[in-house]
Amino acid sequence: MKRLGLVLVLLAGALFAATTAEFPRLGALDSAPSRHVSPRYIQGSMDETHTPNFVTSVLADYRGFDTMFETTVVFLAGMSCFFILRVLRKKTVTEVFYYRHKPTGVVLAMLAPRRVAPRSSSFERIDADWTPQDMVVESMCLFMVPFIQVFALYVIAHGHYSPGGGFQGGVLLAASFILVGLSRDLRTVESLLAEKNAILAAAAGVCIYSGTGLVALVCGGNFLDYGAYAPFFGVAAPAARAMGILVVEIGVALTVMATLTTIYKLVSSRGTVEEGL
Amino acid sequence: MHGLLAEFGDKFHYYAYFAIMMIGLYAMIAKTNLLKKCIGLGIFQTAIMLFYVSIGAKQGATIPIVDPALGTADPALYANPLPQVLMLTAIVVSVATLGVALALVQNLHRDHGSIEEDEILQRLRGQ
Repeated sequence: MKRLGLVLVLLAGALFAATTAEFPRLGALDSAPSRHVSPRYIQGSMDETHTPNFVTSVLADYRGFDTMFETTVVFLAGMSCFFILRVLRKKTVTEVFYYRHKPTGVVLAMLAPRRVAPRSSSFERIDADWTPQDMVVESMCLFMVPFIQVFALYVIAHGHYSPGGGFQGGVLLAASFILVGLSRDLRTVESLLAEKNAILAAAAGVCIYSGTGLVALVCGGNFLDYGAYAPFFGVAAPAARAMGILVVEIGVALTVMATLTTIYKLVSSRGTVEEGL
Repeated sequence: MHGLLAEFGDKFHYYAYFAIMMIGLYAMIAKTNLLKKCIGLGIFQTAIMLFYVSIGAKQGATIPIVDPALGTADPALYANPLPQVLMLTAIVVSVATLGVALALVQNLHRDHGSIEEDEILQRLRGQ
């Protein structure tokens, strides 16, 4: 199998190498991809959408359909993870809940969950495979979280003028939640962004995106033509398109954030969303 | 000979992408560990992303954001935004699909106690 694989890969490589002559040179100005629609995007973006960042205007406006279904794919990936991994019924195995007495370090094993005050100084719930953790690492990671989130919001809101947008900002937001999960535990993430809320947020993001398109249809424009919102905002069509792009980017960010956090929670805890990394 | 070298010099980056692509393809075909197959998939996707973005590059062009000093009359002054848009979504989708792959691998490990492809196949034949 290995030898056959190597032969196949080398064959594919030889085929690729043979086609290299057909590809454009590095930095060619007249290459095929740069001749058809791309000049139209570059020349029209500023006048038609008031968006200096061409990537954002192409992503959310000119190719809005494509991005809508990409967002749906991300949402569906999260949903498939949920349905593949989530443990839906209680296992017959008796569950044990561990509580650590902070001042003495004594660990109590309980057969039923007990209530512990959120910032209790005496007891804390711990995972079965708990090991003492470095306070410096944990504090510094939690210290970074708000800064990551503020930067993520900046990336989403400023996507029209600088590199950024819904996908990047959503990934940053998800990274902040995953950092909490890595430095503290999964239950903290669960208390910040509960599983149910995350899935609702992911669905809401897709709904915001397609809803923006549908409302444009109702207003008399084409599907996903945000120019139809011009009377509502009281501005010209290009400025309305810039607003529409922002709304759509927020929907994308919600979906990406919630989906990636959900995937992390499920994969790291083997579908129980109780104890994990 | 000189022409051939000049031709190669302008297209050498494609050979690098093909090499990365072949590494990923080999990992997907030949490795029996399912996690290593997932990593191979990631390497393969990386090669394709590099390939797309390199096609959008233009000699002497700046990033695809309007520079008031340059204006928008001449498209040759800005890199092609289209491949960047396509790869932007592809990166996030690849992360999400990798999550699905990991979920499937985890389920296989739960059911068969192994993530080695040949061991799982052996177990399935033995039953």
